[in-house]
Amino acid sequence: MKRKLVVIGAGMASGRMLEHLTEDAPDAFDITLFNAEPRGNYNRIMLSPVLSGEKTYAEIVTHDDAWYAERGIACRFGEHVTRIDRARKMVIGQRGELPYDRLVIATGSAPFIIPVPGRDLPGVVTYRDLDDTNAMIEAARRGGAAVVIGGGLLGLEAAAGLKARGMDVTVVHLMGHLMERQLDESAGYLLQKDLESRGIRVLTRAATKAIIGKGRAEAVLLEDGRTLPADLVVMAVGIRPETRLAVDAHLSVARGIEVDAAMRTSDPDILAIGECVEFDGHLFGLVAPLYDQARVAADTLQGREARFVVREVATKLKVTGVNLFSAGDFAEGEGREDIVFRDPGRGIYKRLVIENDRLIGAVMYGDVADGNWFFGLIRDRTPIEAMRETLIFGPAAAQGGGAQDPLSAVAALPPEAEICGCNGVCKGTIQAAIEGGATDLGTLRARTKASASCGSCTGLVEQMLQLCLGEDFKAPTRQPICGCTDLTHEEVRRLIKTTPLKSQEAVWQELGWKTRNGCHVCRPAINYYLLADWPLEYRDDPQSRFVNERRHANIQKDGTFSVVPRMWGGLTNPRELRAIADVAEKYAIPAVKVTGGQRIDLLGVRAEDLPRVWADLNAAGLVSGHAYSKGLRTVKTCVGSEWCRFGTQDSTGLGVRLEKLLWGSWTPHKVKLGVSGCPRNCAEATCKDVGIVCVESGYQIGVGGAAGMDVKATEPLAQVASEDEAVEIVTAFIQLYRENARYLDRPYKWLARVGLDWVRARVVEDRDKRARLVERFEISQSVYRKDPWAEQVRRHADDFAPLADLRLEAAE
Amino acid sequence: MSWIDIGPIEAIPLRGARRVRTPHGCVAVFRTDALEVFAASAVCPHRGGPLDEGIVHGTRVTCPLHNWVFDLATGQAVDEDARIDTFPARIEAGRVLIDLTRLADRAA
Ligand code: SRM
Ligand SMILES: Cc1cc2nc3c(=O)[nH]c(=O)nc-3n(C[C@H](O)[C@H](O)[C@H](O)COP(=O)(O)OP(=O)(O)OC[C@H]3O[C@@H](n4cnc5c(N)ncnc54)[C@H](O)[C@@H]3O)c2cc1C
Ligand code: SF4
Ligand code: FES
Repeated sequence: MKRKLVVIGAGMASGRMLEHLTEDAPDAFDITLFNAEPRGNYNRIMLSPVLSGEKTYAEIVTHDDAWYAERGIACRFGEHVTRIDRARKMVIGQRGELPYDRLVIATGSAPFIIPVPGRDLPGVVTYRDLDDTNAMIEAARRGGAAVVIGGGLLGLEAAAGLKARGMDVTVVHLMGHLMERQLDESAGYLLQKDLESRGIRVLTRAATKAIIGKGRAEAVLLEDGRTLPADLVVMAVGIRPETRLAVDAHLSVARGIEVDAAMRTSDPDILAIGECVEFDGHLFGLVAPLYDQARVAADTLQGREARFVVREVATKLKVTGVNLFSAGDFAEGEGREDIVFRDPGRGIYKRLVIENDRLIGAVMYGDVADGNWFFGLIRDRTPIEAMRETLIFGPAAAQGGGAQDPLSAVAALPPEAEICGCNGVCKGTIQAAIEGGATDLGTLRARTKASASCGSCTGLVEQMLQLCLGEDFKAPTRQPICGCTDLTHEEVRRLIKTTPLKSQEAVWQELGWKTRNGCHVCRPAINYYLLADWPLEYRDDPQSRFVNERRHANIQKDGTFSVVPRMWGGLTNPRELRAIADVAEKYAIPAVKVTGGQRIDLLGVRAEDLPRVWADLNAAGLVSGHAYSKGLRTVKTCVGSEWCRFGTQDSTGLGVRLEKLLWGSWTPHKVKLGVSGCPRNCAEATCKDVGIVCVESGYQIGVGGAAGMDVKATEPLAQVASEDEAVEIVTAFIQLYRENARYLDRPYKWLARVGLDWVRARVVEDRDKRARLVERFEISQSVYRKDPWAEQVRRHADDFAPLADLRLEAAE
Repeated sequence: MSWIDIGPIEAIPLRGARRVRTPHGCVAVFRTDALEVFAASAVCPHRGGPLDEGIVHGTRVTCPLHNWVFDLATGQAVDEDARIDTFPARIEAGRVLIDLTRLADRAA
């Protein structure tokens, strides 16, 4: 007699299992197939081409009515199974019950719905089945705006499909980059750029607070207060295994229904396959392993020995024109090494992860032709030592592969990109001049003026020569920033401005960085260049800063910190002094010292006390003195005309005014100022980065002084009559330094490169340029002129303590 | 293996680290990518620098005191004859798990 097999769920896993079973043993079972959807099995992964209009539903049906009929499978489609009665071996459907000898649960998974207000409004859909797809197609017909919550595989396919159907689409993603489960930051950056170039708006680090609307969805409200109009909201934030039947039937369920390698649940008569199961701690979200499960389940049902093993999966995104590939494991494993290849010109990024002489992961963007080859190496655990050097260039490179072209960043620039900022010379002009016979730097400079002023773009101009003349041009040796790139500081600065590049990911990719995300040498420099050039667009990255600038205090040799509050122009008062004394006592701070910069240092503060120390200092009106920063440090003053019998001007007042104007700004290296009231120079103004010496007739402004490893007197920049003009020139000078100097060059070193005349022409002689420099400084200060301590206390106070303390738990 | 849940992945900044106190000294948990973590001793063998305060790049960290660089996967210092202890770490369902059996064994 035939045994009775009942299958719950006509999805991709059970569909494949039924194919195997009816082929191997057509007469072994009486089969009944339940499906909640009012239809049989179709190729769910092809819903995206249906959404985008590239395919029809009819084309993705895998099993039609005839298929089930030929195999004698009784179909109960459009009927939910509501309960499993294990005692009576009975399945209870909405339209009646049915006995089983063997039962297979293949209920797949359910979309996760984030619990925000408004999630139940009409116009909010998920993306799982044909009905969802049709609902989206219907909504798109009416046009308007769609917001897709979730920048993973499903969300992006939904976004691309809706865009193809003419909607105005925004993707809202919680994490820092798209598809973070499959892609690293660099590939995520390229993907975002690709989607944006198709007109899809992408918001990362964006958390949804609510869906709002009267009677139906009208907008999505984000945590940061932004409101995005939305006629349609697609929630695609993840899935969770559909385990309700199994839980109610008291089968063993963790996150999914637990199965053994033969796909048996804790009840040997009940099997489970597909996304609803958990095996050995693994959950599943792609079909490849589910097909393996289907094979194993078919064998188990026939009494044959079979074992399921978890294997690597590869991901692609089914958006026409987007080529990405990711496979293997990035999240675990010891002893690994990265190989990175980028071709900015063609928008290509590849990264391989190697562990113990085996490839364990691969991420590729732009060119995925070798994806399957890498996937094979991962799956078969092929030793790669012999081909390590050329591995990244793919199987063809075994016969001598192409190395990366260091000129590709310049090659990729459009003709209108400005190479020489001083003289406004663009790439096309330089190219034309070279083609017209200017084949050496001198001639090129004479004809185009490119690199003829400050000279910081010389490297780029030389690269243009090399690009156009090839082997005929021998570029002089240059000093790259670090091992991550062949470009110099000046070149990177210039390319950040002209390309333009506004994120670190963009710099790494478009300038062909050789590492995944830089190193401790280039990261702080790039972070600085980006924030100096794009103060409003770029968001400062604390993780690319040296500890002092991330913690806003100076690290000490024993891991404690020192804290120096600002004392404007060296002035203080009893209230501030009392607050400092109180803090020192309250937190048992071991040392208090007067610094060489006219203020007070609290030394030996424990990291976890910092937020409270700052909060107490803030309460007395004290703010960070930035004694740790590549930024404005102190403005040292003398007592000046207010008190001193020789004082000619109010040097203290001017110092305070300058410090209040300049504080909080980040600069290539630290910047110190001094203002002395007369040529006796008690504030030592002539050995500061900027020093002002007051005289009867006005203010002598000197720049480029130093008294550290090098001792240098300032050079005279200008002498002016009014305090206002002095302040303006100083501000313009600092902005010029911010915009042009190499990271970690003090002003005197930068001046030695560009020359005092070049600087004077911009900040003293050309009033227009001066005004624009001051304006740009103010724009930057609208972001940065605030107390970082208060910010840390408000937003990050918890980060200063250890994440966990396991000492107590262990003691128990 | 005995995995200890030390907190949610978002508690560790991307390309950053957090410190975990244990009865046998401090361990740093590094987040090198959105979903990639490593655990290692938080103490630099050079002069005791706090490695959790270093700049994290690729799968390496640079000590904030004198710039020694350590590979987090192996614990080996780059171009120095030194190493730090490493411990298994992984992410599961958004939580960071570390296994300190090796640390306890050594201390015992
Ligand atoms: C606290 C202080 C010493 C003191 O007790 O007086 C000090 C302390 C440090 N100085 Fe300084 N400098 C201090 C005034 C100076 C001065 C004098 C001045 O500003 O009038 C100089 C010479 C003037 C100059 O800068 O040209 C000075 C020249 C340096 C240098 C050499 C800079 C150079 O370009 O050659 C460094 C190294 C560096 O910055 O790279 C340095 C670096 C340092 C560091 C930050 C070392 C470090 O990287 O950890 C010290 C931090 C100690 C700590 O843990 O708190 N310190 N340092 C002074 C803080 C002043 C303030 O209120 O902010
Ligand atoms: C839009 C989209 C694109 C995708 N793209 C890819 C891709 O490119 N590559 C890839 O590998 N994977 C992709 N996937 C994932 C893939 O589709 C799933 O992994 C696969 O379909 C899971 O198969 P399953 O049989 O476990 O579940 P499903 O295919 O979901 O089938 C489960 C069925 O069970 C039914 N059911 C649930 N509960 C009950 C009940 N109580 N009673 C009766 N019936 C019930 C459901 O209605 C459903 O029809 C994609 C998924 C979607 C939604
Ligand atoms: S001179 Fe400056 S850097 Fe040197 S030990 Fe003294 S405080 Fe530290
Ligand atoms: S203490 Fe780490 S490098 Fe010196």
